[in-house]
Amino acid sequence: MNTQTAAAGWRGDLRRLSRSASFDIGVVIVLFWVACALFGPHLVPYDPFADDLLNSLMPPSFAHWFGTDQLGRDVFSRVIVGARDILTVAPIATVLSTILGTALGLTMGYFGGVIDEALSRIVDAVLALPTVIVALLALTALGTSNITVMVVIAFSFAPVIARTVRSAVLAERGFDYVAAAELRRENTFYILFIEILPNVLPPILVEATVRLGYAIFTVATLSFIGFGIQPPSPDWGLSISSNYGLIGGGFWWTVVFDGAAIASLIIGINLIADGIEGLRHD
Amino acid sequence: MTDTTPALQFENLSVAYRVKGVSRPVLAGVSLEIRKGEAYGLVGESGCGKSTAAFAALRYLPRNGAVTAGRILIDGQDIGQMAPPALRQLRRQSVAMVYQDPGKALNPSLTIGRQVQEVFELAGVPRADWAARTVEILAKVQISDPQLVMGRYPHQLSGGMQQRVAIAMAIASNPTLLVLDEPTTGLDATVEAEVLDLIQHLRRELSTAILFISHNLAVIARMCDRVGVLYAGRLVEEAPTAQIFNAPQHPYTAGLLSCLPQAGRSKDQAPLATIPGFLPVPGEVISGCVFAARCAVADDLCRSTEPAFRVADGHASKCHYPERAGALPVVAKAGATLRMAEQAAAILQIENLSKSFGDGDQRQRVLRDIGIELRKGETLGLVGESGSGKTTLARCLLGLLQPDMGSELKFAGEPLAGRTAARTRDQVKSIQIVFQNPDSALNRSHTVRRMLERTISLLVGLKGAAREARVQALTQGVRLTERHLASMPRQLSGGLKQRVAIARAFASDPQVLICDEPTSALDVSVQAAILNLLADLQAETQVSYILISHDLGVVRYLSDRIAVMYLGQVLEIGPAETVFSGPHHPYTAALLSSAPAIGDEGAERVKLVGALPTTAQRPTGCVFHTRCPQSIPGLCGSKAPPQIVLEAGHVIECHLPADALPVRG
Amino acid sequence: MPGNVGRAMLGPFADQAAVDVLNHEMGTDRPVLVQYADWISGFVTGDMGMSYAYRSPVAPFLGTALLNSAKLAAVAFVLVVPLGIFGGVIAALYRGRPTDRILSVVGLSATVVPEFVSGILLILIFGVWLRWFPISATWADGAGPLTQLYHLILPAIPLVLILFGYIARMARAGMIEALDADYTRTAVLKGLSYPQVIWRHVLRNALLPTISVIATQTVYLIGGLVVIEILFHYQGIGSLIYTAAKKKDFPMLQAGVMSIGALFALTTLLADLLYARLNPRIRFGGQE
Ligand SMILES: Nc1ncnc2c1ncn2[C@@H]1O[C@H](COP(=O)(O)OP(=O)(O)OP(=O)(O)O)[C@@H](O)[C@H]1O
Ligand code: SF4
Ligand code: SF4
Ligand SMILES: [Mg+2]
Repeated sequence: MNTQTAAAGWRGDLRRLSRSASFDIGVVIVLFWVACALFGPHLVPYDPFADDLLNSLMPPSFAHWFGTDQLGRDVFSRVIVGARDILTVAPIATVLSTILGTALGLTMGYFGGVIDEALSRIVDAVLALPTVIVALLALTALGTSNITVMVVIAFSFAPVIARTVRSAVLAERGFDYVAAAELRRENTFYILFIEILPNVLPPILVEATVRLGYAIFTVATLSFIGFGIQPPSPDWGLSISSNYGLIGGGFWWTVVFDGAAIASLIIGINLIADGIEGLRHD
Repeated sequence: MTDTTPALQFENLSVAYRVKGVSRPVLAGVSLEIRKGEAYGLVGESGCGKSTAAFAALRYLPRNGAVTAGRILIDGQDIGQMAPPALRQLRRQSVAMVYQDPGKALNPSLTIGRQVQEVFELAGVPRADWAARTVEILAKVQISDPQLVMGRYPHQLSGGMQQRVAIAMAIASNPTLLVLDEPTTGLDATVEAEVLDLIQHLRRELSTAILFISHNLAVIARMCDRVGVLYAGRLVEEAPTAQIFNAPQHPYTAGLLSCLPQAGRSKDQAPLATIPGFLPVPGEVISGCVFAARCAVADDLCRSTEPAFRVADGHASKCHYPERAGALPVVAKAGATLRMAEQAAAILQIENLSKSFGDGDQRQRVLRDIGIELRKGETLGLVGESGSGKTTLARCLLGLLQPDMGSELKFAGEPLAGRTAARTRDQVKSIQIVFQNPDSALNRSHTVRRMLERTISLLVGLKGAAREARVQALTQGVRLTERHLASMPRQLSGGLKQRVAIARAFASDPQVLICDEPTSALDVSVQAAILNLLADLQAETQVSYILISHDLGVVRYLSDRIAVMYLGQVLEIGPAETVFSGPHHPYTAALLSSAPAIGDEGAERVKLVGALPTTAQRPTGCVFHTRCPQSIPGLCGSKAPPQIVLEAGHVIECHLPADALPVRG
Repeated sequence: MPGNVGRAMLGPFADQAAVDVLNHEMGTDRPVLVQYADWISGFVTGDMGMSYAYRSPVAPFLGTALLNSAKLAAVAFVLVVPLGIFGGVIAALYRGRPTDRILSVVGLSATVVPEFVSGILLILIFGVWLRWFPISATWADGAGPLTQLYHLILPAIPLVLILFGYIARMARAGMIEALDADYTRTAVLKGLSYPQVIWRHVLRNALLPTISVIATQTVYLIGGLVVIEILFHYQGIGSLIYTAAKKKDFPMLQAGVMSIGALFALTTLLADLLYARLNPRIRFGGQE
């Protein structure tokens, strides 16, 4: 007989996760950027906002590890502090979309019928357009700010999460424990949130992690095209956007480090998601 | 036959699987021989290593499995030493396998013709002959229109037909050894009987040796010459079929046989024998006999020294005391059960109950005009093949499905609303269910205590100490302990989980309890304990059961009355013993004769024609006329049959005169 | 249509009278719902209205842009579909071994890095340093198909990278499911050789689901076009939408977005048809 307890199950999962090299790398990368976002401003050698026009566009050196940009600002300091805005906007947007999507998905999956049909139409409609286009449309109408970016991403990601949750709930709905709950006249709230939700948490967790990666992807992209985080933030996408015109002149350091920062953060998050997902399928 | 090389030999075979980096032995030192042309049966409960043995014989273990010791020889050749081309040659010519779930065994995107043809291609038959040979082999497995079937895709065939095709592919190359791994599990009783008939028929025609694997003792008894019993990866007994079943020499085999509900025994006479305890976990280190923890006659020698596999007169047993197996202590029933009062009041009345799904063209009437009365304290058995509407009926009674307009349900004389939500609390708490599969019925993220408490609070309205007292009473009632209350379902074995489900069903003191296949997800040794428990609880509480089961033995053991369903209609209803002894409805006769039973191997089987129709194309007149062997031309197909009342409460719907109804002894 | 369109176009310092005249001319002084209904009815009949920014009909702009984007997308698809499927199949065949691990991590990384990051890196390496490819995707008027292709290679690569991971992952999952299926076991036990098993029994069943995924990915591809077309100065549907958004040119913006929605519906439909065509379970209905 299996005598493993629930807590040991969790700890066992963690132990197995940490044995996966790619998961560990992901955790290290993400923790690094979270630390930069939290403590960056106190650690960096230069003020990331301070112009120094005499030293503009200096290549990497001992004084400026990553060189300086057009206004002579230290690229290294800007890359470190640049983690701040994106690591505020994207996680909040993800949490919002997860809450919204989970509520939607639970409703659609449990009630089915007309409610499911109607909501599915809306979900399909949102999913028929690429997120970047939806965001462009909405941000053009609402105007750009960190808040609107969060809200727009939350709304355009919620349908994806709703879909995942819906199919998980549909599977759960077929289990007899739901019928058993109905046979003791359990209320809907209890059935949804106490009976079903705990069983669909694992796929929600994976989906939310993957979505966090996409939220960062989307925020960076929106910032790059001028609809996301606004100047004077040292945000990575924004910096690339204002400097990429210079690469023809060979000033590669003004974009490459920001690009590497974005890539590493997103890859790190996806390595974590992959690790968790792999665990579920073992 | 002069060639005495065995078709298959396991020499001291051990197989292990690697799970999360740890090696778990599943077969330990298994030695057996199957002679040419012999049918050898391997029985054992789930998880004992039957399929592993089967796949090992074809050198096709799962990716994480490996032979850790011993050899496997087919026709004298060690298959472990074979290079890939030799192995392919072996599979093309000498061995073949058929497994459970034929629907998955066939490639969904290729026609049957192409899949069967491939076997001839591999055997080197000239291309021009492929089609003719395919037709021939399909005809051999009794497919009536091979040309038509060849153009079909697997999903267009019924389960029985799919399994025939799989068998055709397996025997096409006339192999030395045919491995059949639960070939009929999951098929309906009448289809299962047909497939078993076919295999027996083919055996007489071909000289193939057969390794027949099943968890069903009765099927093995019917099909095999010799039998090996597997327990926790060890072969514990081996003997010719008759000896195994008549004079078992291992306590495990003896236990298995005695815990089967058998003809002529019912809950009123004696409880079933049980095998206490659980199978050892694979990989568990056991110093003495593997069965010692559960053996009624174990002693210190058993617990310290592993018994040898001793052969005497062709009967081998891995036990220190083989002679004790026949003399196992038989549990006697403590008190006498209260025999149900003959004419107890009706507790649940079902009148004209119909249920349809879908609209318009898609409309299917899954239940049609069901009329049944359930009396207080009785058990009503509900039998019928899958799709006959048993579960749908259960869900209608519970209020999980809304019956069609015009249906009438009454509980204790009061009308009963269609949906749970519209019923009174008293009605809801009085009609409860034990579901088929406890893994589905118990929420995997709740503790046992939580499930019981919640049910008590909501349906009985108890709080605090009163509720706790009730929880304790229920726990003891189903023979669970305090320790189990804190467990999550996944920490419990199948039998324990089903006890929890039963405790929950009894939490509200129901008067009617529906048991939908309550033991079909469980092993035989556990089934007996659950059936005993259900019988005891009924004796204590006077609850009425509606027992749904495809296992006629189980139904016969527990039921007072039996209703036989076919395509959503009740064709026969009556006292259990009369339904079993006859006269029967022709469908009941077919159903009874298709269920293999130990000691009943030679009996003639009533053969049905054609396949089970669907509710979408419900036959006119008598629903059974498309398959009935006694159908009266010109009458049964057009006119609905009358009800024949044979004696008090035994009713059969059929056009045949009462004295022409079939009788099976 | 929120905001004052005339004001947005003429800027904060323009005379209020001029703004009013412009708004009246374009009908943007009418109630929003009226404007919207008007525009929808036009779109359905093929009249997509007038661009605010260019003061000329939207349709011709849209046509050219769609054609250009289609060219870019086609190059990306032709490269990525075989590549992705091949990668997924190989990964599945070497499941759990280093080849699989490497393909998975590479695929995952390629898929999640934003197009503008990989695009800039490509421009830097192949455009600025090695000078193998032009850094602008726009070709001179009258350029032949080969020249056009030459200009499109570099911009197509970020799209290929994004899609590669998706397609490979799907193909891998489909392959693994098929490899583990009972029918594959049947094929092996018949004595077929491994390549025969894969070719005759596994591939077709494995790749069916991938088809639908490829279709849904067109949406993400179009999303990616916005960034790529800006980065490589290419006049496609992405840059059209982007410019329209920047200039608050709502008729243009709406027409662009609507056509993308229509395109999505179309590709989904085509994929469903193809899937049904290849899947006998749908082609031949249920059991008889
Ligand atoms: N929700 C539903 N929609 C459509 N058809 C249904 C539905 N539920 C059941 N059916 C159909 O009703 C018929 C009877 O189903 P039911 O499950 O009650 O049979 P059963 O005798 O319990 O079968 P089994 O022994 O396999 O459990 C089947 O043909 C089934 O396909
Ligand atoms: S060896 Fe002992 S414990 Fe094992 S089966 Fe025989 S009697 Fe029972
Ligand atoms: S009515 Fe006719 S077809 Fe139906 S069971 Fe009786 S004899 Fe057979
Ligand atoms: Mg059922």
